[in-house]
Order: sequence, then structure tokens, then C-alpha cells
Amino acid sequence: MSVPVFEVCDVSFSYREVTALDGLNLAIEPGQRIVLLGANGSGKSTLLSLLDGLCFPGKGSVKFRGEPLTEDRLTGETEFDFRRRVGLVFQNPEVQLFNPTVLDEVAFGPLQLRWPQEQIRLRVDEALEQMRITHLKHRSPHQLSTGEKKRVALASVLILDPEVLLLDEPTAALDPKSESEMIDFLVSCSGGRKTVVTATHDLDLLDDIADLCHVFLQGRIVASGTPAEILRDHELLRRTGLVHAHRHAHATGEIHSHPHRHGHGH
Amino acid sequence: MTNESPSAAPVRFRGGQSRGMIERSLSSFVSGLEHALFAEEVAKKNGLLQRLDPRIKILAGLPLIVASALSRKLWVIAALLALAIVMAFLSRVPLRMLAKRVWLGVLGFTGLISIPALFLTPGQELYRLPVPGWAITWQGLSAAAYLIMRAETAATLSILLVLCTPWNSVLKALRVLRLPIVMVVVLGMTYRYIFLLLRTAHDMLAARKSRMVGPLPGPEFRRMATASAGVLMSKSLQLSGDVYLAMRSRGFRGEVYVLDEFQTRWFDWVALAFFSCVTALAVWFGR
Repeated sequence: MSVPVFEVCDVSFSYREVTALDGLNLAIEPGQRIVLLGANGSGKSTLLSLLDGLCFPGKGSVKFRGEPLTEDRLTGETEFDFRRRVGLVFQNPEVQLFNPTVLDEVAFGPLQLRWPQEQIRLRVDEALEQMRITHLKHRSPHQLSTGEKKRVALASVLILDPEVLLLDEPTAALDPKSESEMIDFLVSCSGGRKTVVTATHDLDLLDDIADLCHVFLQGRIVASGTPAEILRDHELLRRTGLVHAHRHAHATGEIHSHPHRHGHGH
Repeated sequence: MTNESPSAAPVRFRGGQSRGMIERSLSSFVSGLEHALFAEEVAKKNGLLQRLDPRIKILAGLPLIVASALSRKLWVIAALLALAIVMAFLSRVPLRMLAKRVWLGVLGFTGLISIPALFLTPGQELYRLPVPGWAITWQGLSAAAYLIMRAETAATLSILLVLCTPWNSVLKALRVLRLPIVMVVVLGMTYRYIFLLLRTAHDMLAARKSRMVGPLPGPEFRRMATASAGVLMSKSLQLSGDVYLAMRSRGFRGEVYVLDEFQTRWFDWVALAFFSCVTALAVWFGR
């Protein structure tokens, strides 16, 4: 049996007084496509930050490939290796696009890992081509649309060809065309070559991009299952704020309500 | 707040201001963005200066600016200004824009500070003002002309340097002057985020304006302005923390590396030789 990519054991994490994660247990196997489902503030983004070694739990432990992921261990060559193997795409692309041009942005990661300049140029072109944004190469991030920014952010992570891709709300605030392109990309990640962990509250994505879903509520996982199993459990979705009763009137004057889920854009 | 209806209540502040502080701020933000966009458009044009390696432009341009500032011959400065105008034309920089944004501004500023020189410099009298009887001298006029011409020439050359090069390339090219790489990156990030900050401030003020009716008393307005500044500061701090995490996530460990993307071609060396000759001639004849 292979070593899990991540093992999260009894992890708790707080922002001052606010508990974000509370006794969380989770294992992510190589090649799995995991979706973390939950309403805003349920702890999904915090878990992604922990998995990316950007913050560390107050209680419990996180292991990457069987090795503890701690602040002390994440230094020197170990950190180089970890950063190359695990990539995080932030929810807000403005956070991730801090360089003056798209070219500089996409080249940033490889430059930090001291790749040769010629190799970087080659890989930048490939990553831009993969995300179909070659025409944006010399543009400044402030000139781009949200969809373009998301694609640049993704290219800036994909250039390192990480074995684990962590995505925080990849389709948030995208127009339908950009969203469709993003979903196409996520679907293309199937096949077990990459482990993909996506945090979202967009239920429409599940069938296409998830092998396994974990549903979050107040920093805890309250249910796990395949997309079909999760989507069937209306009571669970309602309790976790992923669907709500949608009340409306028909032309006949009849008023009734039924569960209603939000995909995107409204 | 008052009971005036929204339609009859333009946003006004005490002190008889016809345009509120918010409108002026919004207008300034938009103007700043427009200016930056215009500069980027010019930098993208296929002109003479745009085609040069930014490092060559810095190496050739800065000595030319110094030569124009140090020259003691008016005709030499005038020749350099003429050269700058020809370069602007060949680089597709609109001369009307240069006149409006550079020449008139510099003329207004340096003209103002050179006025005393007209009267205070001793020498041969050229004209005496009927009231209050002060004399303008040839020497005073000459000193004022030098000051204005030097400022106009230096400003024109500088603006051409910046307008015909994307700002981030200007920053990277400054490395040829041994500017520390960390400084280049910090300036680049500042340039990147200034637009986000402008847009955030613009949106905040626009959102506030959309919910305001009637005149805003002075103390309340000041409270609103300081609160807005505080929120903006708080957002900036939050963003800077998140940006640092995003940098760490991609391997940043305190040391900065950038891609060397400039290429020097024969055309650049010819340009450097030409501008070096012009600088040498300006220094020689301008002694």
C-alpha cells in the first residue's frame, strides 16, 4: 500500500479566538481528486494553507509523504523539494500575481528554485501555452480580467509541474466562459498523474472534478463520500449551508419551496 | 443626514465647495489610471526608442540629461531639445501631449521661479516696467532663458525615456547602474499594487458616495475620511501578509532572483555610439 500524500491527524487551528479547524482527521492518497466542500468560513482555506506548509497546526500533526510537515523541518533543501512538489492556487488572484508582468509572474517559482534561465524561458512558454495565455506574456496583471488572472495564477503554479495541486475556489468570480475553461482544465487532471485538492462550495463541479468529497462544517469534516453520495443527501447539504430552501410562486398562485443549490455567479 | 430628497441633494461639504472631496478624489484616481494606461500605450508603439534595449536607453539617456543641465551655451541646449523633439516624433510620442503635459508645466514652474532673476541680475538694462519701475536686464533674461531651456530639455529627455519603455523594464534596466536587485523587485511590486490600491480606494469612495445624500458636516466628513484611510491601510496590511504567503508558497526564502530578459542587438550598439557622440559634442561645445 502506498504512503498517503497527506495525513492530517487530530488537527486544530485557531485565528486568535476563532477556531478554524477542530480535531480534523484526513488522509489523501496519491492521484486522488479530493473536493473539500463547505460554506464560507468552514475551514477549507485554512486546511489548504496547512497542507501547503504556510501555517502550522496548534494541535495535531500534518504529514507529507509520511514525513511530519513542521516549521522546523520545512527549511533548506526540504523546503525546495516540498515547494516543487506541492502548488497552491489562491482564491484571490490579486494575492498571487505580485510581479509586474505575466512573464515575471510565471517565472517566479522556477527562479526561486534556481532553475537555469534557458529552462525557465522554455517552461514559461509551455505553461502559458497550456493555459492558452501566450498573448498575455508581457502584460501587467492590472490589465487582465479576473478569468485571465486566474489562468495566470494557475500557470505560475503549473510551471513547476507539482505532483499535488491545491486549488482554493478555482471558479469563484469567473464568467461562464472562463469557468468552463477552468473546469476543462480540472477535468484534464483526472487519470491519477496529479493529486488535486479543490476547496469549493460549487456543487455543480463535483461530478466532473471529484473522486471523493469531504463536507466541512465549523472546522470539522461531517461527511465523506463520492459526489453521488454527497449530492443525494439533501439534509446534509442543507445543514452545512450548501443548499437552501428556495421559495417561489408559480403562475397558478401556488407558493412552495424545495432545496436549491448555488453553482456560481449568483 | 438631512431629509432632502436624493434627487435634490448633491453631495456638498461645508465651506462652499461646489465639488466634494469624494468627487475630487474619484476624479484623481481615474486621472492617475488614465495617465498610466496612456504611458503603457505609448511604450507599446513600434517607434525608434521603443525598439532599443532599455539598458542602452538608460546608459545613453542619463548622460544626455546631465549634459543638457551642465551646458553653458544656449544653442547647445536648444540643439539637444531639438534632438529630443525629433526622437519623440520618431518614437510616435504625440507632440501635443508633450506640450501639454511637459513643456507647459515646466514653463509654468521654472518660469515662476526665474522671474526674480529678470530683475535682480545686474547688467545692461533691456526694458523698464512702467509700474513699479523695475528694470529687466539682458543678463537676467539670459539667466531665465538658460534655466527654462535646461529644465525643458531635461524634462523632455526624461519623459521620453520613461514613456517609451514599460515601467517595469525601466526598473530592471536600472540594474546596469548597480541598483540592488531587491530594490528593483520592491519597486516593481509597488508599481504592481499601486493600481490595486487605487481601484480599492476608488471603489470604497464610490460605494460611500452612492449611499450619501445631503451635505456632510465638517466633523463627520473628517471622521469618514480618516475611517476610510484606516480601512484602506488595514486592507493593505492584510494583502501584504497574503502576498508574502503566496511568495513563500512558490519557494521565496528572502532572496530575490529575476529573469534576464533584455537582448542587445547591433542596432542598440549603434544607438549607444550615436548618443555617446552627441553627449561628447554637447559637453565639448557647451563648456
